[in-house]
Amino acid sequence: MSHDVVEVVLRAVCVLAAFLVLPLVVGQTEHKVMAHMQGRLGPMYPGGFHGWAQLVADGVKFAQKEDIVPIAADKRVFRLAPALGIVAYLLALAVIPLDAHVFGANVDDGLIWAIAVTGIGTVGTLMAGWSSGNKYALIGAMRSAAQLLSYELPLILSCASFAIAAGSLSLVGIAHAWTPWWLLWQLPGAIVFLVAATAELQRVPFDAPVADSEVVMGPYTEYTGLRFAFFLLAEYAGIVVMSLLLAVLYLGGWTGPFDGYLGWLWTLLKGFLFALIIIWMRVSWPRLREDQLQRVAWLGLVPLALLQLAITAVGVVLTA
Amino acid sequence: MTTHDVFFTIVGVICAASALLSVTTKHLVHAALWLMVALVALSGCYLVLGAELVALVNLLIYVGAIVVLVLFALMLTRAPIGRSHEHDTSLAQRAASMVLCAATTALLAAVLISGLGNNAVRVSAGSTHTLSVQLFGTWVWPFEMLSLLLVAALVGALAVSRLPNAAIARTESGEGS
Repeated sequence: MSHDVVEVVLRAVCVLAAFLVLPLVVGQTEHKVMAHMQGRLGPMYPGGFHGWAQLVADGVKFAQKEDIVPIAADKRVFRLAPALGIVAYLLALAVIPLDAHVFGANVDDGLIWAIAVTGIGTVGTLMAGWSSGNKYALIGAMRSAAQLLSYELPLILSCASFAIAAGSLSLVGIAHAWTPWWLLWQLPGAIVFLVAATAELQRVPFDAPVADSEVVMGPYTEYTGLRFAFFLLAEYAGIVVMSLLLAVLYLGGWTGPFDGYLGWLWTLLKGFLFALIIIWMRVSWPRLREDQLQRVAWLGLVPLALLQLAITAVGVVLTA
Repeated sequence: MTTHDVFFTIVGVICAASALLSVTTKHLVHAALWLMVALVALSGCYLVLGAELVALVNLLIYVGAIVVLVLFALMLTRAPIGRSHEHDTSLAQRAASMVLCAATTALLAAVLISGLGNNAVRVSAGSTHTLSVQLFGTWVWPFEMLSLLLVAALVGALAVSRLPNAAIARTESGEGS
């Protein structure tokens, strides 16, 4: 019994540590990769070696800033909003397995759990936008709600395709059922997932809700200091969660050479690959207009996801 | 009392209290947010009862989609910060809704008490496999009929919103005279 408690506490601490470290790694990668893609150097001074401590310095800066709550704001909701996104992605990260035995918690319906709790995180954005009492924040929140509603559907449909192909809703089970054949068979689903996940995270080219040249910073306009930093952390934690999820679903998670010993490393590397692609998209494409954004979701991704579901169903029936 | 009972009581009380708050609060958007708390607590109830899939799907559909949709609709139309009294219902309407709620509660309680009495029933049919076998086996026709009904409602809503202005004006003047 006490062994169980120790194990649960240890797993929880490890998840928390991963939640605090991995987003920073992705953030620093974004700083450096984006800089080099644009012919710059990026941060060079903090920490000495190629500016590795830039985000630590940013964190210290955010912690020192004054925590301002506008007079026109709905104060309790305004204060509570940043917590929702953070907690949601923390809960999602807890169920993603890095190896057959390396996970925060093994949930039978882990896939649904991961999508469901990230859905709660989006409510935090809406609460932030509404409670700020600022027109830019409100417009940003409306854009964000419209976007999240339309991209939730293709995301869930593509996840359903992976689940049907594996015959399981457990993330460990899906990774076990993976074969190299999936790289071709599930390719449309993986593309839909990647695009829809980028839109869910409100990253470029789907960043109309936080478009700086149109609505300042959208729902986060009025936030300062640590609360603003929490939103940033939630965004990068979201990249980590979505990338690892796609790595487990589409690239077989820990499958690879020496996966008896290095399984967790494979999952991390594959996840990192998707994180790099998400960063790459930010550097490559301009922002989509609001109507183009809806068009991509309803006329592009949803039919593609339905097609993928049909292909998966045919494949499962034929090979069963 | 087992641990399960304690947890069930806690989430049940949270659920009922936030549901009550969501209909009594004078802040429009707070009502939607309390609704979210109530739905999350309801998911907790399902979870304690062992129906993991139902709990998660409830979370996914109701909290992730329905509440977001409600919040979106509120923001699009009118969502003042602070108390607003312009949407208050009349006393008669409140009394009627209370009577209706009491009647529903009495009906449900009567069915449950007459059906089960004091016998404790072990719930074990919550696993994903059992649930899907039931849903796509025994209950497949009601399930499909329900989705058909929803599609019909959707088409109806579209038809109403796409009515030409002249037709709307005619119905409105017709009602007025």
